[in-house]
Amino acid sequence: MTNTVETTTKFDLECRNLTRRFGDFVAVDDVSFGVPEGDFFSILGPSGCGKTTILRMMAGFERPTSGDILIKEKSVVNMAPNKRPVNMVFQHLALFPMMTVAENIAYGLVRKGLGKSDIADKVRSALDRIDLPTSGDKSIKQLSGGQQQRVAIARCLVLEPAALLLDEPLGALDLKLREHMKVELKKMQDKFSTTFVYITHDQSEALVMSDHVAVMNEGRFEQIGTPQDLYYQPDTAFVAGFVGDTNHWHGRVDTINKDGVKVVTADGVSLLASAAGKAALRAGDEVDIFVRPESVVIGTDVDRVSTMENRITGDLVSVLFNGANSRALIRDRQTGGELDVALPQTGEFSHLKRGQEVHLGWGLAQAKAFSAPNGGTKKLGIDA
Amino acid sequence: MNMQTASRLSLLLLLAPLGLWLLVLIVLPHVDMFLISLHEKVAPRVYEYGTANYAEFFTEPLYWRTFARTAVMSIMATALTLLIGFPVSYYIAKMLRGRLKNFLFLLCLVPFWVSELVRTFGWMILLRESGVISSVMQTLGFASGPVEMLYNDATVMVGLVYTSMLFMVVPLVSTLDSLDDSLVEAGYDLGGNAFTVLREIIIPHAMPGIVSGCIVVFMLTLGNYLTPVLLGGKNSLWFTEMIYTQFITRFNWELGAAFGFLLLALSSLIVWSGLKLSRQTLSDTMG
Repeated sequence: MTNTVETTTKFDLECRNLTRRFGDFVAVDDVSFGVPEGDFFSILGPSGCGKTTILRMMAGFERPTSGDILIKEKSVVNMAPNKRPVNMVFQHLALFPMMTVAENIAYGLVRKGLGKSDIADKVRSALDRIDLPTSGDKSIKQLSGGQQQRVAIARCLVLEPAALLLDEPLGALDLKLREHMKVELKKMQDKFSTTFVYITHDQSEALVMSDHVAVMNEGRFEQIGTPQDLYYQPDTAFVAGFVGDTNHWHGRVDTINKDGVKVVTADGVSLLASAAGKAALRAGDEVDIFVRPESVVIGTDVDRVSTMENRITGDLVSVLFNGANSRALIRDRQTGGELDVALPQTGEFSHLKRGQEVHLGWGLAQAKAFSAPNGGTKKLGIDA
Repeated sequence: MNMQTASRLSLLLLLAPLGLWLLVLIVLPHVDMFLISLHEKVAPRVYEYGTANYAEFFTEPLYWRTFARTAVMSIMATALTLLIGFPVSYYIAKMLRGRLKNFLFLLCLVPFWVSELVRTFGWMILLRESGVISSVMQTLGFASGPVEMLYNDATVMVGLVYTSMLFMVVPLVSTLDSLDDSLVEAGYDLGGNAFTVLREIIIPHAMPGIVSGCIVVFMLTLGNYLTPVLLGGKNSLWFTEMIYTQFITRFNWELGAAFGFLLLALSSLIVWSGLKLSRQTLSDTMG
């Protein structure tokens, strides 16, 4: 599964056929991937998908049932956590409350047996780099959430680890700070130029910060790729549904030709879509169709969407105004289903009124059909 | 009557039971006891104020030696209880989950369902010359004759540690319970080993629990009467025995009261220096 990551570069961190079972439950199921040097690599998945277990196996707090973990091309499976050249930023940071900020940063350096003046120098330069030069003597409780975050990262980075493992460290912060810290984390990674392995259930964190993202579901990796790959060329129905917002239909393939597939939903609506994913589609297969809100063209008269392969007439339920990210919720007249549509930024639709008739259309290429046996992907965006 | 005086009055009324309790049951008896301790008997039924009772304590070696012995053994018993209680508490608080944890915690409490007197007699049945351990050793051939294990300092120590264990385990389990597992993991992740994690993270976190456990155990041990008397007999004197003797056997309330005050001063001094040494405050550890 490492095909999407260039195989010529050296991997700082690599997992080969990693499996972890808890009794009968398979938390991590035969996962293989490599993280190139200096990469910001995210593992994105809903809670309970096994991503924390992978991270804890890399840090050494869990033993894999089978498979191998390599750091700088050396197997570390039999190495204790305190000997591994990776460090972890915990979900609730786990800063030592009984120590000052400087003592927290110095903790690992003291354990390494460095000299006093060396430690003092490194702590000072770390405090400078995280913009807290005068906070060394403060206690942890005196710092704000964002400052604590930076101390937790600095405490690891002074040890110059091969990779920094981050376990949803932004989860505990409020929304505004979280947005700010996304940018900050990315900057810190540039400044310290260390490999980051970041796990999260928040797709926007993964998309904004990462060089590569692995989407994980039920113990397996669904897809590894750049954020753009995942967004525009999802491999599976799960990735299409989990990454980014999307409109979703479930139906059965009616006919297939070289342009695309014609799908009929349970409500009797027929839609044209392009086949996506690895499994080839045949007539009669169950499929999931995904259309991004920004791929849908909206118009008050039919002419605007007349050239589109898929057309729907609906009534406006409400406008969800959010500046440049404004959306409209539209109820399909034929099926009663609701669609999420992105409004153009020009503001030309700001006059739309509730209950007004609108025409929607989207191209065949923008609708992706994935094979979806067993009733399709029902639980989408669980954590959204 | 305005709001302020009304609220002040209700506060006073609410505090009144506590104030009365403190005054009648603690302050007054101590004041009276202190006055008694300053009485000097100059002739039958004739008393003068003076410090002769305190002077007698310092001039009679038996008194101050027993006093010092009691202090040293209490400190040792406290340290021993901590050494045994800490791993037990850590195991209960951090290694166990769910029902087994509650069960083991409850097991610590079980001995306290019978009185201290009965528990101490239990030890005597085990340890005396004709007791269980002595007979077992003779049957197995480890001893040729009856073995007396009562009436020495080691036995007193065993009894004191046993009696005090719960009072150490309870505060330790509750502070260790509040230690976030990820702090310990972070301690290892950043290169610490078992010893440094214990010294740098677990013990500093558990310090309030350690100190409050030690204070309670030390006070109980220093003021214990039954265990040293029954298990130590005449070979292992305890200062509370001296006080008892002065009051009840010798009917010398004046000297007994002076001893009582010396014991109070001693325990206060040791607790105070313990707090200073561990850099804790009484309100932190007891609050």
